[in-house]
Amino acid sequence: MTRTVLEVNNLVRHYPLPKESLFAKPRFVHALNGVSFKIEEGQSFGIVGESGCGKSTLARNVMALEDTDSGSVKILGNEVVGKSFDEIRPLRKDFQMVFQDPYGSLDPHHTVGRIVAEPLAALEPLTKSETAERVAEVLDSVGLKPTDIQKYPHEFSGGQRQRIAIARALITRPALIVADEPVSALDVSVQAQVLNLLRDLQESHGVTYMFISHDLAVVEYLCDEVAVMYKGSIVEKGRTEDIFANATHPYTQTLLNAVPQPGTGRHQVR
Amino acid sequence: MMTLLDIKNLDISLQTAMGPARAVRNLNITMEKGETLGIVGESGCGKSMTALALMGLLPENAQTTGEILLSGEDLLTKTEKDMCKIRGNRMAMIFQEPMTSLNPVYTVGRQIMEPLRLHRGLSKSEAYDEAVRLLDRVGIPNPSERVYNHPHQLSGGQRQRVMIALALSCSPDILIADEPTTALDVTIQAQILDLIHSLVTEEGMALILISHDLGVIAENTQKVMVMYGGTIVESGETDHIFSELTHPYTQGLFAAMPKLGMGRKKRLTTIPGTVPDLINLPQGCTFTDRCPLASGGCRETMPGLSDLGNGHTVICHNLEQAKDTRNGELYS
Ligand SMILES: Nc1ncnc2c1ncn2[C@@H]1O[C@H](COP(=O)(O)OP(=O)(O)OP(=O)(O)O)[C@@H](O)[C@H]1O
Ligand SMILES: Nc1ncnc2c1ncn2[C@@H]1O[C@H](COP(=O)(O)OP(=O)(O)OP(=O)(O)O)[C@@H](O)[C@H]1O
Ligand SMILES: [Mg+2]
Ligand SMILES: [Mg+2]
Repeated sequence: MTRTVLEVNNLVRHYPLPKESLFAKPRFVHALNGVSFKIEEGQSFGIVGESGCGKSTLARNVMALEDTDSGSVKILGNEVVGKSFDEIRPLRKDFQMVFQDPYGSLDPHHTVGRIVAEPLAALEPLTKSETAERVAEVLDSVGLKPTDIQKYPHEFSGGQRQRIAIARALITRPALIVADEPVSALDVSVQAQVLNLLRDLQESHGVTYMFISHDLAVVEYLCDEVAVMYKGSIVEKGRTEDIFANATHPYTQTLLNAVPQPGTGRHQVR
Repeated sequence: MMTLLDIKNLDISLQTAMGPARAVRNLNITMEKGETLGIVGESGCGKSMTALALMGLLPENAQTTGEILLSGEDLLTKTEKDMCKIRGNRMAMIFQEPMTSLNPVYTVGRQIMEPLRLHRGLSKSEAYDEAVRLLDRVGIPNPSERVYNHPHQLSGGQRQRVMIALALSCSPDILIADEPTTALDVTIQAQILDLIHSLVTEEGMALILISHDLGVIAENTQKVMVMYGGTIVESGETDHIFSELTHPYTQGLFAAMPKLGMGRKKRLTTIPGTVPDLINLPQGCTFTDRCPLASGGCRETMPGLSDLGNGHTVICHNLEQAKDTRNGELYS
């Protein structure tokens, strides 16, 4: 029997635009305009769409990191919309997020060891050596070294910081991982390592992913289903191979045609 | 005529608690007006450090040797005040992480207007108009309202585009773009690359494009450098390199690339192992431990530079074998 890990219904989030003048009518950005979808256990659900269409807003609202205007988000059957931070805390170990901006999401004053171990606090207490073991293991799985534990975020390259953020999300082995552009800063060989790892975890632990990416090849590799967002709404949704083979929405078609390809000798005709 | 940019034997080492980390070693680049150069390489191989050295923005624990000549003048000997002028006028950089270069407390409009007023002497209202125009050119919707947004009120890709607008505002002679489109979907990416390309062809701007997206590199650069462990392992004309991948690392890079249409059945190819520790680099080739072709002498002696013709150069001890595996299955 499969169970539904994430169920999102009619989610709405609008932000006010700054006013050009004091007397201008208030205007809003419709970042989420009634978004609904469901992810079953052990599935990967990809979200693609234009920059600014509301993907990160969706992720933040699913993770209950900001106030939602209306709608519902159920994680493993528990409603999170409208809940206080304390009410959600016990659930946090079951869902983790990898943020789009790794630099902003890593506390610059803490060592990598401490940053990565932080989500473990939501579990039953572990001994020091158990914690150290888990940290070393998860860092190794994303291609970082044991000596990196003592270092601070600023001592790493962009792609290394992104891997620290991934390691932090993986350490509690959560049921649901919401990953916002998690491999965007990685060169292809490290990216391949991380993507294989994400897939292995899915096979061994049945992890469910909500995976935001603008890299269509990556989405195709990892995701069972994909939703295409455009201006705050899902405009197309289905099995990845179907969407990529027969995109119906014009935006999806544009997206697929704009992918640059190496080795074809093609130069941008401008 | 003087070469626009001439980097000679650049070495960068970073002081750390465990000793000096050699982030970049013996790097040489020359560029003329209107040229485009791509840099690709493993995460942590020194791409951003190279870019930051050019801009005079290396972290405080960095030490450099060698020369970075901009129209004949060595940037490594300039004072911070001189560098500040050069950054505003002659060179600009799009940073890998937008939030490190945008100030969270000011509106994005103010951040774009400030250098316009300082370096181009525009009045406040001229600078405002120009800021709105620039935001519009990088595809930010409702630019006349968005100028009043703070960085955290923008999406990741919008922030990246604000930074691009900022870098292009001073019409630089050299643009260093460090992963400029990582946060952008392909349609906006194409729009931004078009914009950059028009500055290259119309105004002769030189472009250094750092990207892990090999498709973007292929379509937007004439020359490319492949870096590994702080050095250049292969360089030459982009079309050439992409059709004749030679260095075992370059071959691995291409093998690992997810390709649209490959579906979900296959696993992605990886290069086994991890990058060398920059504090204890081997004497010889830094790729030795991960190289399927590595043999006896690789670890001990640094391979020399081989010229394959047409400016295509490779650093590898086992060049002939590497050539033989070009279209083969080195990593399967
Ligand atoms: N705190 C905020 N205040 C005002 N507007 C906001 C805020 N956060 C996001 N927005 C706006 O909401 C829209 C959706 O933003 P979001 O970050 O969800 O986009 P995205 O799809 O993740 O884009 P990207 O691919 O560029 O990261 C954007 O137009 C953005 O400017
Ligand atoms: N402040 C620092 N102190 C010590 N080491 C550092 C510091 N900053 C970066 N490094 C190290 O220097 C090396 C080169 O970093 P750099 O940022 O140039 O990598 P990169 O090629 O840009 O990688 P990426 O593709 O991941 O952005 C990395 O291995 C990194 O760990
Ligand atoms: Mg986003
Ligand atoms: Mg970098």
